[in-house]
Amino acid sequence: MKLTCLLGSAVCALSLNLATAQAETLTYAYQGDVQGLDPQALNETFTLGFLGNIYEGLTAYDGDMAIQPALATAWETMSPTTWKITLREGVSFHNGNAFTADDVIFSWRRALTEGSDQKGRARLIEDIEKISDHEIVITTAGPVPTLMQDLVFFYILDEDWAEANGATEATSVADTNSANYANLNTNGTGPFALVERQSGVRTVLERFDGYWTDIPGNVTEAVLTPIQEDPTRVAALLSGKVQLAYPIPLQDWDRLKQTEDVRVMVTPEARTVYLGMDQMRATLERSDVTDANPFKDIRVRQAFAHAINIPAIVDRIMRGSASPAGLMVAPQVTGFDPALNDPYAYDPDQARDLLAEAGYPDGFELQMDCPNDRYVNDEMICQAVVGMLARIGVTVDLLAQTKSKYFAKILAAGGYDTSFYLLAWTPSSMDAYEVLNLLMSCRNQEATTGPFNLGGYCNPEVDALTKQIAVEVDPAERQALISRAFEIAKEDYGYIPLHQQPISWGLANGVEAVQRADNVLDLRTVTIAQ
Amino acid sequence: MPALILKRLTESILVLLVVALIAFLLFRFVGDPVSSMVGQDTSLSDRAALRDALGLDDPVLVQFGRFLANVVQGDFGVSYRHRIPVADLLAERLPATLELALVATILAISVGILLGVYTAIHRRKPLAQLIMTGSLIGVSLPTFLIGILLILVFGVWLRWLPTYGRGEVVDIAGWSTGLLTASGWASLVLPAFTLALFQLTLFLRLVRAEMLDVLATDYIRFCRARGIPAKSLYFRHALKNTLIPVITVMGLQIGSIIAFSIITESVFQWPGVGLMFIQAIGDADVPVMSAYLLMVAFVFVAVNLAVDLLYVQIDPRLRHA
Repeated sequence: MKLTCLLGSAVCALSLNLATAQAETLTYAYQGDVQGLDPQALNETFTLGFLGNIYEGLTAYDGDMAIQPALATAWETMSPTTWKITLREGVSFHNGNAFTADDVIFSWRRALTEGSDQKGRARLIEDIEKISDHEIVITTAGPVPTLMQDLVFFYILDEDWAEANGATEATSVADTNSANYANLNTNGTGPFALVERQSGVRTVLERFDGYWTDIPGNVTEAVLTPIQEDPTRVAALLSGKVQLAYPIPLQDWDRLKQTEDVRVMVTPEARTVYLGMDQMRATLERSDVTDANPFKDIRVRQAFAHAINIPAIVDRIMRGSASPAGLMVAPQVTGFDPALNDPYAYDPDQARDLLAEAGYPDGFELQMDCPNDRYVNDEMICQAVVGMLARIGVTVDLLAQTKSKYFAKILAAGGYDTSFYLLAWTPSSMDAYEVLNLLMSCRNQEATTGPFNLGGYCNPEVDALTKQIAVEVDPAERQALISRAFEIAKEDYGYIPLHQQPISWGLANGVEAVQRADNVLDLRTVTIAQ
Repeated sequence: MPALILKRLTESILVLLVVALIAFLLFRFVGDPVSSMVGQDTSLSDRAALRDALGLDDPVLVQFGRFLANVVQGDFGVSYRHRIPVADLLAERLPATLELALVATILAISVGILLGVYTAIHRRKPLAQLIMTGSLIGVSLPTFLIGILLILVFGVWLRWLPTYGRGEVVDIAGWSTGLLTASGWASLVLPAFTLALFQLTLFLRLVRAEMLDVLATDYIRFCRARGIPAKSLYFRHALKNTLIPVITVMGLQIGSIIAFSIITESVFQWPGVGLMFIQAIGDADVPVMSAYLLMVAFVFVAVNLAVDLLYVQIDPRLRHA
């Protein structure tokens, strides 16, 4: 009896819910979950992208990754190191508190606390001076021409709310005594407010009525469900349980295209997939060449570059959906130069000649590192590369493994233990400087420059140019320097860029959304046909 | 009896310690937790500071000692990924796994025994032979495939049942249950069946084999000769004696239903501890992995203890042993 009552009321509640929610509820599935709600705890694109519906920074990206005013309405440089920023008036947080300059200063200080993963961004700023409630002056240690881009994912929290709830410091994993309030609750200025959060199960957002501007889309409620397994995620879309699911594996496209109720939407991601080679060690780690490091010879790097059939990888493995790359940055990234984007040409004969010239007429053996669950078809790309290199006589022992093991081996913590590897990169500031600084500058002992230059590619000219780019404020001058740096690196065959991988979303018919090149879903852009 | 229990308890604690240590030694090979805890442009010195704060550079035995000391105080640490206490995470996820395991176990035992008895008594009937053939599918198809097939047929083609998640849940004194809502039950059907299928066929075949043995014994023949009614003969006299080996296997299988619901949970995105464990492996989230493995070891130990005590109840000869 009791059971039927409960059952009845639950069914009642459910149907009531359906009646009021109507068609503006978006249910969607992503392969992972938001890793906590504290906007300063983790610097990861999916988490920050999701939180961007709740929180806002001073600036934001539009659908084409162009920078737009958000909580700042205007900014200008008074000198190369000082920025005057006008803050938007009439903005309120979800709890009703007004947004002011104090909140910006508070958020910056909070981002410097121990648990924060936004320390890198926060350290770009030396000081923030409050002129009035809606005007601040930011001082940087040196010129930071990309500052407003760097601050897109730098979200503003409400000082009073954080103080009232004991969340004035970023959520730290070293603090075992308490669960940080800001990791479980939110209070932003964004278009959506948090309604329900069950970690790993579902997260529900509801449109915030007091938002400062109109929202183009018609979604009033959004339910995010993480679905880890590809077949389960695709099935959820096909069965109509979710209206949007991503990523959709390439091999499922044909099936989805044959289904009437759903469609696939594809855009190239701003992520460049590339191959790197160890040019630093005296000899390679696992190779039959024991007296030299073949990659120190440019002819060997050239041979590798020309042995790889990029169009074939794009056509067969990426099903025609990737864009072949000649540069280490994608077209959406500031500093991209279309004149330099032709990939290295496929020419196996020339590759064999170059290898012979370099003293390896019969090729040699080496190990390749590859992730198998990080990028689109990553292991398949590596297998193809292994086959292509075999044709010029190079025997590659492929070590493809799960990402946590892969990164533990090849990154600094593992002592850069790799000779030849596949990696991909999206600069989080959407600016070429990040790639030049992190991937292409010479790696020094403490790796303050080039920490992710795993192969240790090093050209002093590129280094000098990168240092100039860091502080050059004139856009035209800056572009010239960036182009020059990329040109030199290209002539050096320092890296072998392959392609930009596709972002692939599955949508139910009637659902429209803007697909951003960083794979972020901005709920404001979603419309559901009535 | 108390001496037996005490002996078993001491053994159990030893087993738990050994499991924890082995698990901990293995964690050195799951990868680098720090790289999934920070963003790509976090500097190397910030990474090193985090590594230091978490004590990841300490020798494994030091880390293990620290872990044990905390566990004894009921502190399982903070999840590297979710940045909330592991104990909270476990408490949040455990109801889902236990409910799924409970329903799957009931399904496996009841249907397994019924079909086992039926196929033993009527072993020459076509239906019994059909059941036996069908049961081969249950033992031979991998769980993952069964799950995907069920999703395809009942979720995508027929659209009868939900393909993922737990449906609506009701919170009762901190226990979130899906057993009180219609959508909760609908969501439970496919994963529970998937999880139960292997155990079900196992029980079926075991009960059948045991039952056939028992039915061939002298005492059953004497019972028949005395004219004891078939129902009483089968269920009071025969079935009872087939149950001892069945209970042993059942006990072990209940443990593995809970422990190895991992695959079923990830196919159906069932938000239980198994799914949590899979995610933790992907992120090298060591505190979550250690807590999960300890919990699983505890379940196995507890179930085995219970099985030992049940023997004593069922078989009177053991009481004096």
